[in-house]
Amino acid sequence: MNHLIFLIIAFPLLGGVSLIAMSRRVREPLAGWVATAAVGLSFLTTLGVFITLLGSHSGGPSHAVTQHLFDWINVGALHANMDLTVDPLSITMCLFVTGISTLIHLYSIGYMHGEKDFTKFFIYLNLFVASMLILVLGGNMLLTFTGWEGVGVCSYWLVSYYFQKDSAASAGKKAFIYNRVADVGFLLAMFVIFFNEHTLTYSKMTAHMSSLTLTMAVLALLFAAAGKSAQIPLFNWLPDAMEGPTPVSALIHAATMVTAGVYLLCRMHVVVSASPTGQWVICGIGLATAFVAATIATSQSDIKKGLAFSTVSQIGYMVLAVGTGDYVAAMFLMVAHAFFKALLFLGSGSVIHALDGEQEMGRMGGLRKYLPWTYGTFLFGWLAIIGVPPFAGFWAKGSVLDAVFGKSPWLWAGGLFTALLTAYYMSRLFYLTFTGSARFTEQGPNGEAAVAHPHESPWTMRLPLVILAFCSIFGGLLNLPWVHGFGLEAFLSPVFGSSLVVPADSMTKQFLLAGADALVAVLGLTIAWVLWRGRSERPELTPAFLAKVWYWDNFYDTIIGRPATALANFTAEVVDPLVLDGAVDGTAAAVGGLATRLRKVHNGQIRSYGVGIIFGLLVILVSFLVVVG
Amino acid sequence: MNHLALPTVSYAALAPILFLLLGGVALMVLSALSRRPLAAGTVTGYSVLIGFGALISALAEYGHVNGAGPSSTVASAIAVDGFSAAIAVTVSVVVILASLLSHGYLRRMQIDAPAYHVLALTSASGAIIMAAANDLVVLFLGLEILSIALYVLAALNRRSAKSEEAALKYFILGGFSSAIFLFGIAFTYGATGSTNLQVITRTLGEGVAAKPGLLLAGLGLLLVGFFFKVAAVPFHLWTPDVYEGAPTPVTGFMAAAAKVGGFAALLRVLLTAMPQLSTNWTPVVYSVAVATLIGGAVLMVVQRDAKRMLAYSSINHAGFLLVGIVAATSAGISADLFYLFTYSVTALATFGIVTMLAGPRDDDAGIDRLSGLARRHPAIGAAMAILLLAQAGVPFTTGFIAKFSVIEAVVGHGSIPLAIIAMASAAVAVFAYLRLVATLYRTEDIATVDLGYDDSLTDGPAAFAIGLSVVVTIFFGIFPAALLDFGRTAVAHLLP
Repeated sequence: MNHLIFLIIAFPLLGGVSLIAMSRRVREPLAGWVATAAVGLSFLTTLGVFITLLGSHSGGPSHAVTQHLFDWINVGALHANMDLTVDPLSITMCLFVTGISTLIHLYSIGYMHGEKDFTKFFIYLNLFVASMLILVLGGNMLLTFTGWEGVGVCSYWLVSYYFQKDSAASAGKKAFIYNRVADVGFLLAMFVIFFNEHTLTYSKMTAHMSSLTLTMAVLALLFAAAGKSAQIPLFNWLPDAMEGPTPVSALIHAATMVTAGVYLLCRMHVVVSASPTGQWVICGIGLATAFVAATIATSQSDIKKGLAFSTVSQIGYMVLAVGTGDYVAAMFLMVAHAFFKALLFLGSGSVIHALDGEQEMGRMGGLRKYLPWTYGTFLFGWLAIIGVPPFAGFWAKGSVLDAVFGKSPWLWAGGLFTALLTAYYMSRLFYLTFTGSARFTEQGPNGEAAVAHPHESPWTMRLPLVILAFCSIFGGLLNLPWVHGFGLEAFLSPVFGSSLVVPADSMTKQFLLAGADALVAVLGLTIAWVLWRGRSERPELTPAFLAKVWYWDNFYDTIIGRPATALANFTAEVVDPLVLDGAVDGTAAAVGGLATRLRKVHNGQIRSYGVGIIFGLLVILVSFLVVVG
Repeated sequence: MNHLALPTVSYAALAPILFLLLGGVALMVLSALSRRPLAAGTVTGYSVLIGFGALISALAEYGHVNGAGPSSTVASAIAVDGFSAAIAVTVSVVVILASLLSHGYLRRMQIDAPAYHVLALTSASGAIIMAAANDLVVLFLGLEILSIALYVLAALNRRSAKSEEAALKYFILGGFSSAIFLFGIAFTYGATGSTNLQVITRTLGEGVAAKPGLLLAGLGLLLVGFFFKVAAVPFHLWTPDVYEGAPTPVTGFMAAAAKVGGFAALLRVLLTAMPQLSTNWTPVVYSVAVATLIGGAVLMVVQRDAKRMLAYSSINHAGFLLVGIVAATSAGISADLFYLFTYSVTALATFGIVTMLAGPRDDDAGIDRLSGLARRHPAIGAAMAILLLAQAGVPFTTGFIAKFSVIEAVVGHGSIPLAIIAMASAAVAVFAYLRLVATLYRTEDIATVDLGYDDSLTDGPAAFAIGLSVVVTIFFGIFPAALLDFGRTAVAHLLP
């Protein structure tokens, strides 16, 4: 199977390209089925490669297999080739990326029904999957960066999918600009690493650098990751990105692309683990993001915004795990989160679909009766994310918190408190949506139309929900703490080798920690029930400071946006017309004037032409005379 | 009984010259003997074949020199070296393209086809003789063979008063400059005792040239003769009038052949015969280069006639070629060789398109006539745009590589200000080129009126030659290495 690795990328790429080629002829729903089939085939190929990888131990200690497609860039010491590397880490990513992508493609066929640009949506989606897989499978930083940029641009297209809406257009730009800022970090990291290691190939990196250089490299990587994975200080593009269609939010802005930053840090574990300072900063950023985003999520009224901040917070946990050195815990949470967050987003999409596009939770409530499938599946997503045993989130978050406890009890306390917040805001979101009175049946205070009978979604949308709910229930089986030699930890640990730090706690301690996690989940659930049962608005619990994202956007607007606008206006109104136009117009006038004068010499008379020759000759001869003197 | 000591002659080395010269003479005899006028197609085909013969023999000479090294023949009056072979290649290509480009024109204008071809072949042989001349007297012979044929060519359109006026102006001023050039030869002979380039340089090297005044006067007079021929400012005044008045295909041929011959001879004389005088001639060439660069570019901007504009464009190109001489290194010479070849191809093809557009009587090449051309005839418009952009020095065309290598050479020589002036002049010239390109693509007032050139646009041989030139221009713009190496190898085998 190893020579077929490229097919994992080729299928979605081919799907996207052929849809572009036939975009005039292919219509709904064929385009959707073609795209789904392309990603499905990619998933099957991934499965085949995965099974081959399990069966063989030919790839050396880290079980890595590389397919060399062709020489790409060979300049001086830089050898960046089209090499696709399959190892336990990348194949894990590939499995859940292609698997969840297939489900979300399927869901989109139903969700995007009747959209004008149906085909275009699936073109973007397929190209996104191809880019994401390039990012994951790239054997060197440059190839990863290519995919990194590819997912960035697809994300931009998809966020601004409804570009006729101003808010969607500017959300797309915001997402793109934040990601471009973070790209500087990626580029700097590549520069630093190439200058010190003379390679960008992951398997050849050694981290033999001075500690200062290492810290710089790790901070640059963290900055890059903070952009893609929406961490402090670059997290606030993600909520705006919810302007895109809901399947996009589920696929790109919850399950896959936003985890790329975490994946990058895991990929670069050799460098990351060599810098203790860097690891502490990573822990700090991760925990701060998890906490800040959780507080914000408690006060959101838009269901998708609430889920978006929840995503930011959960990725904060993953980054925190990376900082502790337990990369397996980070990957575990990433996979589990992909299941339950994709489920929650698709569930919210189902709700929005049923309510004709309504996203305000103030206009929901009581949907349990109307949308039994959505309710039933969303229920498990909710229980999984808040960490109620035995669902996937309990095990995944538990392993992160165990690792954090090993690093520092103080960090652990912060993480546990954030888990309480998580249980609280997710429960609030759940109650507001599915329980209480059906507020959408009456006309809203702002003139929103009433919806008499919300309808359950078609099977193409229900099937992915059911499958994801199943994964959210049983996802914990991937990595049970007391089972060794099977599961993610056994599978992934060869990749990380000595970089991996696994907490070696006694059984009692493990039970105590797990008990604390479960307790916190139930506590948060209960508090939310007490505070929000039968209520749809409690302004005292949703202060403006939290609802407005800690005024983070205003802060950036004041310190960057306004000065930059002022500078731009200055250049446009002063520098451009006076200095630049002045120089250009002045040059043009000078050339014109000189030409008009010189032209008079060309009067058509032979005698004056002869004079010109004689004049030139005399000048030359006189100059020689002066020289010889 | 006195024996006339005949020098040994290497006919193989002279083959390119002989092909063209004898080919021209044979055509003249044939057309005189033939009872019916020779068919235009036959004559064009013949001329192209002769051009190919010259091209192949020039390449053979190039290959021979690569193996055997440079030498001289005919009592060391003719240099057999890579440089002359490279110029012979260029001139042969010019002959082939010019023959194809003139075919339709000669038929349309009912001009006697053999006359044009005989003169063009003869004139081209003169250009190669100039490049190969290892003796000032032979150089003068080449100059006159080139020039006299060109005077007649300029007058070929006898129905046009402008053509006759152009020929007369060119003839009088050309004669004037030839006289100056001859004086230069005489003075140089007086100062050094020889007209042979190697002897001159040996004499100068030994420091026995006791009459520096005479020597420098000779140098100055020679330079003026060359500057006239290559149309350098301020010896260029004839150029716009002659380029405008001459039949358009002749203008193209003149712009290519005369410039190639003139620059080849100038390079050889300055760099192999008089390198010791470089402190004297460098400032002169430098100043003339500056004047030519600026004058050509600036005056180009205000022209309303495509032929006059291209005349100034060729003057600007001459400035760039002079920059290569200022560098006076082998990098400079090979840059000039590259420049001469690529300039010849693009300039010929550009004039070829202007020929198609200049109206049924070849009397109106106003820029307005090109308005919207690309909308009506996309292929020809695109070709014109590409050729103009190449002349402007846009990347991915030979023009960019040519300008770049000349400037690189002069920067390597240390003349940064000249490089800056050259680039500034190119920037000014770009304005004129781009304005013409914009005119081509103008959408408003695409005249429904008949500009009288739709017939002439279906000129097969010319279209083929133009297409070929465009391909060459782009191909060597993207993959210049082979051509650059060709020039470098040629310079490596320059007769010292």
